[in-house]
Amino acid sequence: MTQDITIKIIDRKGNAHKVLAPTDMAMNLMEVVRSYELAPEGTIGVCGGMAMCASCQCYVMSDTLLPEMQPDEEAMLSEAFYVKDNSRLGCQIHITPELDGLEVELAPES
Amino acid sequence: MIKTDILIIGAGPTGLFAVFEAGLLKLKCHLIDALPQPGGQCSEIYPKKPIYDIPGFPEILAGDLTNNLMEQCKQFEPGFTLGERADTIEKQEDGSFIVTTNKGTKHQAPVVAIAGGLGSFEPRKPLIDNIAYFEDKGVEYFIKDPEIYRNKRVVISGGGDSALDWSIFLSNVASEVTLIHRRNEFRGALDSVEKVQELKNQGKIKLITPAEVINVVGHHKVEAVVVSQSDKIHIDKEFEIDCDHFIPLFGLSPKLGPIANWGLEIEKNAIVVNNALDYQTNIPGIFAIGDVNTYPGKLKLILCGFHEATLMCQAAYQIINPGKRYVLKYTTVSGVDGFDGTRKEAPKQVVKSID
Repeated sequence: MTQDITIKIIDRKGNAHKVLAPTDMAMNLMEVVRSYELAPEGTIGVCGGMAMCASCQCYVMSDTLLPEMQPDEEAMLSEAFYVKDNSRLGCQIHITPELDGLEVELAPES
Repeated sequence: MIKTDILIIGAGPTGLFAVFEAGLLKLKCHLIDALPQPGGQCSEIYPKKPIYDIPGFPEILAGDLTNNLMEQCKQFEPGFTLGERADTIEKQEDGSFIVTTNKGTKHQAPVVAIAGGLGSFEPRKPLIDNIAYFEDKGVEYFIKDPEIYRNKRVVISGGGDSALDWSIFLSNVASEVTLIHRRNEFRGALDSVEKVQELKNQGKIKLITPAEVINVVGHHKVEAVVVSQSDKIHIDKEFEIDCDHFIPLFGLSPKLGPIANWGLEIEKNAIVVNNALDYQTNIPGIFAIGDVNTYPGKLKLILCGFHEATLMCQAAYQIINPGKRYVLKYTTVSGVDGFDGTRKEAPKQVVKSID
């Protein structure tokens, strides 16, 4: 069995959660947030994970090496609000063993 | 007053399939949707994306699924109120409901089925402090009537298809079109991007990138916008552009909206229904089907919406035709009789002897 990894997620109210995420279920960060219900349904992952709505935007707080941004994620972030230099779309970050220790903060709902 | 048997709120896949199932039971449907076209998310957000879990379709584009559902239900002649959001519901003494839209259109039906998905799509508004003040005073988030821009100076912001397409369209209507986007790259159909490039070269569209509108200026109406332009090397420069209209096009985001105030039990931004029976809500006569509802074990899948729509129609039949006998029939056996007079049926078997 593959090991789960630990991710720290700060929700939109500022509360920190340390959660275990499986690396063998083809999950992404947005789905991990939803599976732990850290943001109300309907306010995250609205487009289902197609990089088309930015409702899963988060700020990466750790120096974890993340997969490079693809053009569609970059384009969506260029139209989103509350974007910072460390913004990423959770749906485009796939959970792999290398992400152990990742820390993110959810961007405000918009 | 528009009168019908089942008033469906939301013209996405679940709502459209409900029209077909209702039609088999001789019930007529009318649909209300905030978007200007049917299909819901399938046509608004991802028409060109494939779906792989529609039974019987190994792969189908969301836009094609919408077209197929429209074709499947067309003989039952559904009515549509599009581009309007269902705002209020009032129960009448006879048990029916009157639903009124934000534009004042009234609909009456004995059964209401909310198939609202994640809610009605509302424009995503840029974070500009005073923008609300200028709404309907020169700031518009949708283009409803392009004629109001004739010979006016228009500023559009956004980097997607609608910003590109409307810039192209208005370049022939408005006296001046300025397109502002945070990046040099646009994401849209390739021919739209190329067309904007061409119009820019001809001087018909002014392009300002990478830049952002940070303020709106004017007395009682839009007179100018303040733009901040940055090239990441020099410090940002700020300047005003005189204009009559500012049109921010940053896409749409779904909100449950006024339905949340209808007295329905809401949980997790969805409407609670009685699982496994008929998807009725806490208010008899009002049903919730598809992504908009929740119950233990709920899955937000189009195929589950189809199932829920089918059971809802059976319950609606009982409400509309109390005590009237009915047994489920297979379309292969009974065919499909449209309200438009058409009939579809399986070809008769050939009975012929073989010598």
